[in-house]
Amino acid sequence: MSQAPANERAAIELVGIDKKFGAVHANKNINLSVAKGSIHGIIGENGAGKSTLMSILYGFYHADSGEIRIDGKPVAIRDSQAAIAAGIGMVHQHFMLVENFTVLENLMLGAEGGMLLKGGVTRARGELKRLASDYGLEVDPDAVVEELAVGLQQRVEILKAMYRGAEILILDEPTGVLTPAEADHLFRILKVLRDQGKTVILITHKLREIMAITDTVSVMRRGEMVATRKTSETTVEELAELMVGRRVLLRVEKGAANPGAVVLSVKNLTVKDGRGVTMVDNVSFDVRAGEIVGIAGVAGNGQSELLEAISGIRPPTSGEILIDGIPIGRADPARLRDLGLAHIPEDRHHMGLVLRFEEYENAILGYHRDPKYGGMFLDLDAIRKDAVDKIEKYDIRPPNPRLKTANFSGGNQQKIVVAREIERDPKLLLIGQPTRGVDIGAIEFIHRRIIDMRDAGKAQLLVSVELDEIRALSDRILVMFAGQIVGEKTADAGEQTLGLMMAGIAA
Amino acid sequence: MDLFDILVSILGSTIRLSVPLVFTALAGLFSERAGVFDIGLEGKMLAAAFAAACAAYVTGSPWLGLLAGIGVSVAFSILHGFASITNRGNQIVSGVAINFFVAGLTIVLGQAWFGQGGRTPQLPPDGRFSPIILPGADALRGVPVVGPLYANVISGNNILTYMAFLAVPISWWILYRTRFGLRLRAVGENPGAVDTAGISVTWLRYRAVICAGILCGFSGTYLAVAQSAAFIKDMSAGKGYIALAALIFAKWKPVPVMFACLLFGFLDAFANFMQGKAIPGIGEVPVQIFQALPYVLTCVLLAGFIGVARPPKAGGVPYTKER
Repeated sequence: MSQAPANERAAIELVGIDKKFGAVHANKNINLSVAKGSIHGIIGENGAGKSTLMSILYGFYHADSGEIRIDGKPVAIRDSQAAIAAGIGMVHQHFMLVENFTVLENLMLGAEGGMLLKGGVTRARGELKRLASDYGLEVDPDAVVEELAVGLQQRVEILKAMYRGAEILILDEPTGVLTPAEADHLFRILKVLRDQGKTVILITHKLREIMAITDTVSVMRRGEMVATRKTSETTVEELAELMVGRRVLLRVEKGAANPGAVVLSVKNLTVKDGRGVTMVDNVSFDVRAGEIVGIAGVAGNGQSELLEAISGIRPPTSGEILIDGIPIGRADPARLRDLGLAHIPEDRHHMGLVLRFEEYENAILGYHRDPKYGGMFLDLDAIRKDAVDKIEKYDIRPPNPRLKTANFSGGNQQKIVVAREIERDPKLLLIGQPTRGVDIGAIEFIHRRIIDMRDAGKAQLLVSVELDEIRALSDRILVMFAGQIVGEKTADAGEQTLGLMMAGIAA
Repeated sequence: MDLFDILVSILGSTIRLSVPLVFTALAGLFSERAGVFDIGLEGKMLAAAFAAACAAYVTGSPWLGLLAGIGVSVAFSILHGFASITNRGNQIVSGVAINFFVAGLTIVLGQAWFGQGGRTPQLPPDGRFSPIILPGADALRGVPVVGPLYANVISGNNILTYMAFLAVPISWWILYRTRFGLRLRAVGENPGAVDTAGISVTWLRYRAVICAGILCGFSGTYLAVAQSAAFIKDMSAGKGYIALAALIFAKWKPVPVMFACLLFGFLDAFANFMQGKAIPGIGEVPVQIFQALPYVLTCVLLAGFIGVARPPKAGGVPYTKER
């Protein structure tokens, strides 16, 4: 549709890029122009074709038709080597690092500068020093990558690209794995790179990042480039609507809570992890019927272990957990489910789903002993009918219960889990990271369901590292830091206040 | 014989018995560090032994035997590569298939060509690699301690033995000091990193399995043309598996691989020595107990007495680009 102003010099131009994977039209006649020395955001929901487009730019896939121009000249990008030679560097969502190599070795891989490593090592060391001082990309060259924090590992990825002489840096969902502080640091680095004349392309589905850092933003939807805007001339609401193709509520509306009797009661709970480290430290709280209690905190402060203890996955070291006033002791997850507990686990890939199973199998996982599914011998007709009902009710796409779960998008996979747990009509629902890696259309849907559960008088405990999500859904907010609950706030608490508590600075 | 003579004799045979293990374990090292599991070391060694024995018999030259051994072994490596790299098949299945195939094929061909029940004809002395007496070995023999060790352990081995122990530092140097080695170690950990750096994962892994083929060619040739003077059916006798155990024991590192192989070689030599001898206080013990030692050790070591062995992360996983 619309193009970036033509008077700015383009570092990279895509003209009529088209790509099909079998029946899937991943990129439809894409036109894009990225100005030199700018930060250009590309947003779109999962499956909108952003990653395919970038893979074409990096030589992973070949466009069926269309042209790529760099500095005005058409180039053929046959493979990654050609992309590197054309000055394109890529920071992948899943880092392409050799974890047991040092930073230096990772830097050199593929750019060794000769058959023997000796000369290359000296050169890389010198270059690393220069990059560190020019761009503020400091990292110990002899550190082993797997021992570095995630933010530093990402820095190594950026360094790899710069070491290979990248003029155009593409970052694919770079903040998904970063803490807020690390993300801020990344943004500062990107701004330095831009100010030094590099071109940055940022792929994300987080609107807030787009607004915070980009100069220009292009929106993709269902394989098409639907709009390009100057960031200063657009709004979050407009971008969300362009992404989804309809108006989206970024914050689901909800009425006041109407809390009833205490359903979950946690008393002096202490939980140690496999290494014997205390992760949950003497925690006590209640969750009542008809309310959502949110646990805010930076990842790794004991929220995961808390959920695991309440759901019966990890035995508590000391303390008590009561459901409806009855101590659950060391009941296992199956027994707890009989008591009316349901659990949307934090990591749908590791705990929530078996990705190799077909959709209908995952739709009953954990409840497969239920007589209505046949008991000892599975009643496949009943199970599939049940799956089809859930698919309809939760708008899971594609609507095919026989499709392998791995082939659903992240948002739809999450809906499979949410449908399974909510449709059991539990009296207590534990929710971990309900919308991690889920696009905004599906986020709205899942949030709506959670509010509906509350209004139906269910007790819910919500753990999320997304502070926005906690604030949008919770009736009461508990902040967890270093295994302890450092304070309780109401839903209207300011972001600043909660942020300080999460960092362990204020209570 | 006094104790020192016994020790010298056991150490001498330790060296000789370790040689095929060293070559084979290094072969496994190249393949597995590149992310291709190689359970077919045994088969390649056996195929190389047969080819080397045939070629040495026909041509009368041990060197042509070595060449034939390497050639055949590399051919099987490429087959393994074709199945597991190009076609992304299961690496274990491919390796096991090679082992079975070779065990049968060598006997069938041997019987068809030579009619000696799967054996190849005895090689004449100059058709084999014969012992090399290092300079001064005889002169030093009389010197206490050092003399016998030099004359009977260090000297008097065939050229392949020296090559095996030379292959250890060379392998180390290739892995840690060359571009090829850096890439090879990388592709076994994260092929994605190699691919995005613009390097072909396929070609790199093929080169790694070809290295493994060459080294198995040496070990097979050693069995048939240096240690023995003919190919005997199933003469690899599980050495390929022992080499794999040594590789894991040594955590996929070249120098520890050599020591692990020497340890297994020592146990083997010790078992041979104990044949028919009585243990003071116990009496004669069936030799099978000693012969079982290397295998018992393997079980014990692999059961976790070596700490956490961290195999190459991408080992056994065929590489596919996303989507």
